[in-house]
Amino acid sequence: MKRTVLFVVLLLGLAMVLAACGGAEYECTDAIGCVTYAPGDPIRIASSLVISGPNTELGLDSQHGVEIAIDFRGQILGHDVELQAEDDGCNAEGGQTSATKITSDPTIIAIVGTSCSGAGVPASAIAAAAGYPLVSPSNTAPSLTDPETHESTYMRTAHNDKVQGRAMAQFATEVLGVTTAAAIHDGDPYTEGLARVFADSFEEMGGTIVAFEAVGPNDTDMKPVLTKISAAGPPEFLYYPVFIAAGAFITTQSREVAGLEDTILAGADGMQSPSFLENAGAAAEGMYLSGPDLGFGNDLYTRFLATYQEKYGTEPTAPFHAHAYDAAWIIFDAIEKVAVQDDDGTLHIGRKALVDELLSTSGFEGITGTITCDAYGDCADPKISVSQVEGSDFVPVWP
Amino acid sequence: MRQRVSDTDFLGLFLWLVRAAIIVLIFWGSVATILDNPYSSRQWIDFAVFGVAQGSLYALIAMGYTLVYGVLFIINFAHGEFYMSGVFTSTVFVAIPLSQSGFLNQHPVWGLLIIMLVASTVSIGIALLTERIAYRPLRKAPRLVPLITAIGASFFWQYFFRGLFGSDKVPFPEVEPLKGTMMILGIEILKRQVVVIIASVIMLIGLYIFVMRTKTGKAMRAVAEDKDVAALMGINVDRVIVVTFATGAALAGSAGVLYALLFTQVDFFMGFFPGIKAFTAAVLGGIGSIPGAALGGLFLGIVESVGPTLFLEGLGIPASYQLKDVIAFTMLVLVLIFRPQGILGERLSETKA
Repeated sequence: MKRTVLFVVLLLGLAMVLAACGGAEYECTDAIGCVTYAPGDPIRIASSLVISGPNTELGLDSQHGVEIAIDFRGQILGHDVELQAEDDGCNAEGGQTSATKITSDPTIIAIVGTSCSGAGVPASAIAAAAGYPLVSPSNTAPSLTDPETHESTYMRTAHNDKVQGRAMAQFATEVLGVTTAAAIHDGDPYTEGLARVFADSFEEMGGTIVAFEAVGPNDTDMKPVLTKISAAGPPEFLYYPVFIAAGAFITTQSREVAGLEDTILAGADGMQSPSFLENAGAAAEGMYLSGPDLGFGNDLYTRFLATYQEKYGTEPTAPFHAHAYDAAWIIFDAIEKVAVQDDDGTLHIGRKALVDELLSTSGFEGITGTITCDAYGDCADPKISVSQVEGSDFVPVWP
Repeated sequence: MRQRVSDTDFLGLFLWLVRAAIIVLIFWGSVATILDNPYSSRQWIDFAVFGVAQGSLYALIAMGYTLVYGVLFIINFAHGEFYMSGVFTSTVFVAIPLSQSGFLNQHPVWGLLIIMLVASTVSIGIALLTERIAYRPLRKAPRLVPLITAIGASFFWQYFFRGLFGSDKVPFPEVEPLKGTMMILGIEILKRQVVVIIASVIMLIGLYIFVMRTKTGKAMRAVAEDKDVAALMGINVDRVIVVTFATGAALAGSAGVLYALLFTQVDFFMGFFPGIKAFTAAVLGGIGSIPGAALGGLFLGIVESVGPTLFLEGLGIPASYQLKDVIAFTMLVLVLIFRPQGILGERLSETKA
């Protein structure tokens, strides 16, 4: 027993001497804590995007955006940037698992993610509790940046669906001139929020919502719910901002339900991918999909696209690669601003300082436009366009 | 002793109240919906037809659960994967090439039969492998053990096929001659649904004849009755068990193709929910009983399709189709509480489990 005490005392003494020797060392005063990167160590960021399952194209596309941002940026203050890619699974469980895994690694400084709003809800709570900034390139559910429910370290470079749902309602009433519509969601915060905003805006603009329905995300037989909608109207316009699998089921089966053969179909950015067209087949022809306007028209985007093609051998597969690029870039800028560098190149980054810096991002010129964050993490410069399916292409038709 | 009696009485009263409350809710909901009826009879018939098509698929898959349970008294939770493996493989290697070469559109009947044959063969292969590796060594183990290996096998096959064919949805080719609708008894029905319903009925009747009229079927029933005595009578029990698994898997493989025909998408996860629903159907009808499983499947399909509108809408619940799984699983719980033997079957808790 005495020996143990002696040993501990000696150890403490040794520690004090060592601490005294390194007197000039950086002292972390950050409210949450600091991350230190030794010279030569890479700065580590993580992504939590959907990279498995039917929505892989959405997440992988964003991941490519982040990787290109890392390439373009090169070193930050003499340190490489390293990406650890995790999977958000496009559901709440995946968001929880990936965020828990990432926040248990103290060498990771920031997260780009999540792909899906459903994953974003638990992930933002976990990231906020751990003090890790979470910047999403494609979450669009209004609740995530609502003053009531916003988590302190969360922000996004994607538009808020308050804008997207309204844009689709405007397109339907003003351009297509329809007066009756129905909406279907699958219970996910993204789909429900979007369907709700659309329905409210559509009624505000003088239209009538004949049915507001929901299905389960794993349902396959949509004919009962479609028959119900047909019985309620049938509507001229059917809006179902869901994901690829359910979206393809609704698209093909709507053509087989009496009364809905000629209804105009419309969805949102969650389905804007080649995989959706493959599964929905001919039934998707002429359908409208809303999404971020990718006609950014700046040189940076041209250069980005060329690199994308060269690096991955394909065109972008989903609409949020540029938002991911911007998300990564504002993180890099913020790191550069708040990092404290020792003479030997060691880097100290305060977590709280980084979050504050990110949330005060203002007037940043990215690919997607001018990015300015509000206090609740809405950073996007939202421009929405509507495309129409023609063969295997999405052809922009509005605005 | 007295304590126990009053406990039972209290529980009995509580269960009686639950039963009464549910019946009142269903009755109230249905009456409210019917009084307010926004649907034409044509639409009610449509709901029922969708339910029958979906339900006959549940019935086909439920056969696998009921056969295996009848003979081995284990719940084979890997059965949904037998269903998925066959149609996934067959879609990738047979259906898509056949469709591209135009054969499927020219000879839809032969084309579909070939696709089904391949699917069933693959399903049988997977089932026999699973039986040999995951179940047979544990035949003498406590009943919980094969249940756990079944769940393990289920995950194994899911991710095995994901590794093989990827996690994307694969579109099942459309069959041109089966597009559109046809009139039957004055009702307009999708041709694909007609094909699914007729094919399912033929297979179910075939299975019934096989079990009731053939020598192998007789051996299966004998093994189900008592394995030891059956062995004494010169029946090769292992062989009968293999045949049982193969029969269930063959039906599951064909059901997979019918599913793909109806919904035109396949993926590695497609077996999970139908598997659980079919298990529900088997328990509903009475696990171990073939007519019971068929009845349970149809019943479940129809309730899922009609139920949300009929029961829930009248209660003023919005967007009721989201809750169709709730209806299905509530029914499972109710059956387990109030009639553990199912509609036609034997009591799960007493005789064998």
